[in-house]
Parts: sequence; structure tokens; C-alpha cells
Amino acid sequence: MLTKPDIEPSGEGAAAQVGEPLVEATGLEVHFGLRGGLFSRFSGGPAGAVRAVDGIDLTLRKGEVLGLVGESGSGKTTLGRTLIGLTKATAGSVSYRGQDITALGERGLRPLRRRLQMVFQDPHASLNPAMDIRTAVGHPLRIHNLVADDREYEARVVDALERVGLTPPERYLGKFPGDLSGGQKQRAVLARAIIAEPELLVADEPISMLDMSVRAKILQLMLDLKRDLDLTYVYVTHDLASAKFFCDTIAIMYLGRIVEYGPTEQVFADPQHPYTEALLAAIPEPDPERALPRELPRGEIPDAARPPMGCAFHPRCPVAVAACGWEARDLRTLLENRWLELAPEAASREKSLFADVESLAADGQSSVAIAPGRGHTPEDVLEYLRHLREEASEAEPREPFWHGVVTMHAENGRAVVEFAPPRDPRLSLIPATGVQVACHLREPVGSTTGT
Amino acid sequence: MATTTLPTGPIEPTVSASASRFGGLRRIVSAIREAHGVPKFMLWTGAVISALFVITALFAPLIAPYSFDTYKAHGHNFPKQGSPDGDHWFGTTVQSLDVLSRTIYGARTALEVMVLAVIFSLILGVLLGLLAGYFGGWLDRILVLVMDALFAFPYLLLAIVAGFVFSGISGGGVVTAALSITVVYIPQYFRVVRASALSAREATFVEAARAMGAKPSVVIRKYLFGNVIQSVPVITTMNAADAIGTLAGLGFLGLGIQPTEAAEWGYDLDRAIDDVNAGMWWTCLYPGLAMVIAILGFTLLGEGLNDVLNPTMRRRRIRKVLLPAHTARRTVTAPAQPDVPEGEAVK
Ligand SMILES: Nc1ncnc2c1ncn2[C@@H]1O[C@H](COP(=O)(O)OP(=O)(O)O)[C@@H](O)[C@H]1O
Ligand code: SF4
Ligand SMILES: [Mg+2]
Repeated sequence: MLTKPDIEPSGEGAAAQVGEPLVEATGLEVHFGLRGGLFSRFSGGPAGAVRAVDGIDLTLRKGEVLGLVGESGSGKTTLGRTLIGLTKATAGSVSYRGQDITALGERGLRPLRRRLQMVFQDPHASLNPAMDIRTAVGHPLRIHNLVADDREYEARVVDALERVGLTPPERYLGKFPGDLSGGQKQRAVLARAIIAEPELLVADEPISMLDMSVRAKILQLMLDLKRDLDLTYVYVTHDLASAKFFCDTIAIMYLGRIVEYGPTEQVFADPQHPYTEALLAAIPEPDPERALPRELPRGEIPDAARPPMGCAFHPRCPVAVAACGWEARDLRTLLENRWLELAPEAASREKSLFADVESLAADGQSSVAIAPGRGHTPEDVLEYLRHLREEASEAEPREPFWHGVVTMHAENGRAVVEFAPPRDPRLSLIPATGVQVACHLREPVGSTTGT
Repeated sequence: MATTTLPTGPIEPTVSASASRFGGLRRIVSAIREAHGVPKFMLWTGAVISALFVITALFAPLIAPYSFDTYKAHGHNFPKQGSPDGDHWFGTTVQSLDVLSRTIYGARTALEVMVLAVIFSLILGVLLGLLAGYFGGWLDRILVLVMDALFAFPYLLLAIVAGFVFSGISGGGVVTAALSITVVYIPQYFRVVRASALSAREATFVEAARAMGAKPSVVIRKYLFGNVIQSVPVITTMNAADAIGTLAGLGFLGLGIQPTEAAEWGYDLDRAIDDVNAGMWWTCLYPGLAMVIAILGFTLLGEGLNDVLNPTMRRRRIRKVLLPAHTARRTVTAPAQPDVPEGEAVK
């Protein structure tokens, strides 16, 4: 991970905020259909879908460097690709200079591809191993018929190679990707990306697969190219430190949604969303002796096909409140974590109170009727749960789960647990900062945006 | 690595360059150069035999004493069923034809049919495989169905049926024989090329080409073709061996090339069957032997190439490293260099 680059931030960051809107996304959704089992395919029933991008609005201005930051699987790559029409949106729209590109087919997009370029994560895989640099870098010129003859072609390729620092260019023209180092390949990929004079470049973790020693150089090169060629960047990364150095604006993503969105300095100086705070705390120490990447709090990123209710971050959020979307799955996680820590006999004694803990695992249950185990009554279960709640109220840090439990009562031989109705936190502007954040704790007073 | 320095000199150390226009072929050539042991032996023996075969075929009119349909010289008819002697080293047939000349000209026919069949099936098989692999969908389904059906058919039977069909159209010449054989081989190219196209289609550089705005035809020609074509040389040499056998099979059944058009080993063998009963061994021995040697040559070449080029079949070689005498106390074993330079492998 790139920690603190020794390069002076170029300083052109905040000033570049004034450009005209270049790309605008509204209500953007990309759901990847899961192949259901044989049965659901025949019956036509709903197979699940991975909600890679799940309702995103953003505006990218000319000259801006927007960072999409989040853990792996949060939908950064998919969002970046959808913004330039490489992945089809399943709902919502993306407009480029006022033109809706989600409505265009592959054929209609082709002329635009010249303007909207992408740099992929793996430079080794991005170049055709059987094509020399001369042909590979200049290919966009041929595709879009931008040169009249071979002389002009050669001149443009040489110019592009010089711009990306592959000098002297003559030395690289005849080489194959296999002859180049990782950093040189990424330079060649950048040369190919800029040769047709694009306006927007989506860079998907462009440095994550490179050696430590060349990462900062490639980022600096990208900044130079932006300055010289008047580019706009979308920079996709899981590395907050490089985003801090590189981006004017940052969008923190979690499970297909933007949870915090604003000017980089502001986001870093005063993170508003608990997830952002956790990410910032997890940035490794600049001191290499102690540079162990710290774990994010409580558990893993959930399955994007079955996102948690309410705020998707609530199962991991240390400060969650009642409306954050508590559900039966969270009770199961709580119980299983507890039983893991207990002695096996004690755990199995407690487990026997429940007929079927797995029944809690289904998603979307904001109220659940728990069947008591053999030889137990619903009252036993309730008593046990109340005991847990009391125990938790004394422990530090407070377990936020119990905020979400509204009532627990016995009904028809079952113990019924009801949770507070879930509410989706909406991105809302924090006054005087320019930062938007999606968290109930930061909502303007009196707002009741619910679902 | 130490901390990052100021980005002044952007040049990372260069790896040795070996510029060549044909990136795909380069890999094949370097693999061949590194061949060792049994594969190397097979490769080179096969190559030598195949080369002799090709030379014989090309220069048949210079090498053979007579033409394939000559039955008299200097005003004398050749002896009928004459045993080998000074005038006719391999003897003569029941039609008074010189066996040596027919055997040599047979190589020419075999080469012609082989080359045509390989070219036809290569072009069609590779093209269809690329289209099916890249586009997928219903086109792929239909092609796979047809090709699997062809593949499941006994190959000689398939060639016979195709031979009947084509002889009605184009007569009983070399082209007809080649076309009949082509039908047998298309599915092989199709399968291999489709499989590599399917995996290459997922490669990032194909995606990158699409992101540049390349049309599918450009993607296929410039990005898929070069990477898919590398699996083809092995099948080609294997098919070459097979084509000789299939052609002879057709000729033996009287379905191949008309005897007036060219000399053909299978046809000669068919005619020689009665001679064997009469104690005449030369009419069948020489064409048969020629056939076996030619097939052996191409099979060895194909198997050798397969061993050398197919990375899954290659084992890492353990090579003994001998230290210079003044430092050496003992010999050390070390694994050899990986055969494919890193980063060059296509996913
Ligand atoms: N082509 C695809 N088909 C199905 N699921 C996909 C596809 N691409 C991405 N996904 C899923 O979408 C989610 C987001 O993926 P991605 O955008 O790659 O996230 P990130 O780049 O943040 O790691 C993941 O759960 C991933 O499995
Ligand atoms: S809405 Fe805010 S407090 Fe609630 S879970 Fe999400 S991040 Fe935590
Ligand atoms: Mg990604």
C-alpha cells in the first residue's frame, strides 16, 4: 500500500472544482443476475441479483479528479465502467455532455469511446502479448481513423510514448509487452489511453499491481498528463492514502452505494460517516515498523446479493441506532459470536433453547417468530434474550444491536422479536462543508426520509 | 525497496529486447530451441523425414526415372509384372508401370492433397472457431452441434460420403480428395480454436480493445487471432500425417484420385493385392513402405511439437549446474529457467 508519497501534492486540486458538468449519473443501478438453480430458471421465478451498483447519483465536472474508494466488492469498478458505458446500467442513467449514454447501443457508443477511456487494473493483461508497442499504442488512431498516413501515425505514437516517459521512444516501438516491466507496461497502457485525445479517463486501481517503487511515479505521471492534456479522472482504488494524494473529490462506497461524498481535504480532515472513520483508522502507519494493516471493525463485507436492510453498514457499525435496519440475521450473528466464545458445553446448552437457529439467517425479516427448542417454552427463550440484553447494557463498548429491538413477547408458542422499522439513510449535505453523507446520525434535524 | 524518490527519471530498467514482427511465432520458435530429450529427438527425426518427403514430392520429375503413367521407353514396352532389376529398381506393375516412379510421384500427390486439405480445413476451422468463440449465442450453438456431429462420425466413412458428394461436383482429382479430407478435419480446428477464443475473449486486452472502440471484426483479427493461432501448428502436423492415411484409404477403396490423374499409394496398394497372392512382393511393399515412412515422419513431428509447445505436458527440467573447477566441491542441482518468460503467458 502506498502510504505517504514524498511528492508535493500538485496543489491544483481544490481549484479545479469549477468546470462544467461532464458526466452525470442519476439513480444509477447495475444488478448482475445470478444464475438461479435449475428450478428457478424453468419456473422463471426471481433468481437473486448482485447489486453491484445500487442507486448512485453523482456529477463529475471537467477537470475534476474523483476518487471511488471502498473495500473490494463495493462496486467501485462496476460504477467506473458504467460511467463510460462499458457495463450496461440496469436502471437510471448516465449522461455525457448531456447525451444519455445508457440509451446507446454498442455501435452508438463506439465513436464516444475515443473520448471516454479506461485504464484497467492489470497492466500485464491489458496489452495483447502478440502485438508490439508501435501497433498497440497507436491502435486507437487506426480504429477512429485519426491519421492520414504512416508518417503521421508514427509521429503520434512517438509523441504519446514521450509523454508517458517511455524515452527514447524508438527503443520501445518494436518491443512486445513481454519485454517490458510492470511500470513500463502501465506507461504504455496510459500512452494508448491518451493517444486519441480523450476527455475522461477511468483508472481502475492503476497502481495496485505495480512495484512499490514505481507507484508514486505513475500517479505523478497521471497528474502531469491531466495538466497537459486537460483530462478528467475517475480514480478507482481501495487505497485511501493514494486517493488523498491524487483526488479532488472522494466518494466512499459501501455495497454499491456512496456513503460519503465530498472534497478530499474535508473528508479526510473530518470524516462524517462511521465507515469512513473506520477506513481512515485502518490506513497503515507511515512508520514501516508498525505498518500492519488494521482490521476494519466487526466482521466482513456482506454479500451484495443479500444486502442488510436499512443502512448496509449497520452490522459493522459501532454507533448504529434503532432505525439503522436491524433484522433477524443480526440476532443470529450475535448468538453465533457469543457461542463461539463460550465453552462448548455452555454453548450447546444455550443452543438447545432454539429449535432452528438457521431460520434466522433469511434476509429481510424485521420481525421474527422463534420456535423454542425441544423441552423449552417461548418464555425460556425470551428470558434468555432479556438476560443477554442486560448483560450487554453493562458491557463496554455497547452492543448496538439491542437498540434495534423494539419488543420481545410470546405468541402462539413462539418467541417473537420485533425490530425497529428500517430506514435507508439518504445522502444529505452537511451544511458549510460540501460533504454529503448517508448516515442517520448526520441527518439534518427533523428530516424523515424513510422507506 | 526504499522510500519513493522524486519522479525525475521515469525509466525503469529495460529488459533485453528481441524485436520481431511475429510475437506468436517467436514463442513457438523459442520453445523449439529449448526442447530437450525425447521430444527433441522426435521433433528432429520427424522434421528430417518430413523434409525428405517434401523434397521427394517437389522434385519428383527430376528424381523419378519415368513418369507415373509411362509404360514404354526407347520404343520398348516395359515388362509386365517385371521383378526388380537394373532398369526398374522397384520392378513393374501388371500395367507395365515403373513402381519406383509411381512411388515417387505418389509422394507428390500425397503432398498436394495434404497441403490443400490442411489449408482448407485450417481456414474454415479457424474462422468458424473464432466466430463461434467470440460471438457465442445461437451461432455458437449451431456450429458446435454441427461440428460435434461431424466429429462423432467415423472419419473414413465421413470422408467417403464427402468424396461421393464432391466427386459429383468437381470430378476425381486432387481437389476433390482434399475437400473430402477437409470435412474430416474442420471440427478439430474448430474445437481447439473455439476453446482458446472463448478464454481469450475474457482477457483484459480484448476488453481494452472494446473500450478503445474497436469493432468486433477488428477485435477478432488483431487481438484474438494472434493468440488463438498458437494452438494450431500441432493439429496441423498431426492432420498432415492423418491426411496421408485417409487419402490412401480412399484410394484403396477406389474413391480417391483417378489413376489417370496422378499416382496414388492407396490405389497402387489396392491393385497390388492380387500380386501378393502371385508371389509378387514389390508392387505392394514400396508404396506401403513410402506411406508408413511419410506418416511416421509427420506423426513424430506433430508429437514432438505437441510436447514442446503444450505447457501442461511440459515438466520442469532439473538441470545439473556444474560450478567452475576452482569453486566446485560438489555439484548442485537447480531448476532450469521457466520456459515461458514471465508476464508473457496469456491467461
Ligand atoms: N460481470 C459480473 N457478473 C456478476 N457479478 C459481478 C460482475 N462484476 C462484478 N460483479 C459483482 O459485483 C460486485 C461489485 O464488484 P466490483 O465492481 O468489481 O467491486 P470492486 O471493484 O469495488 O471490488 C461484486 O460482488 C462482484 O462479485
Ligand atoms: S446509518 Fe449511520 S449509524 Fe446507522 S448503521 Fe449506518 S453508519 Fe451506522
Ligand atoms: Mg475492482
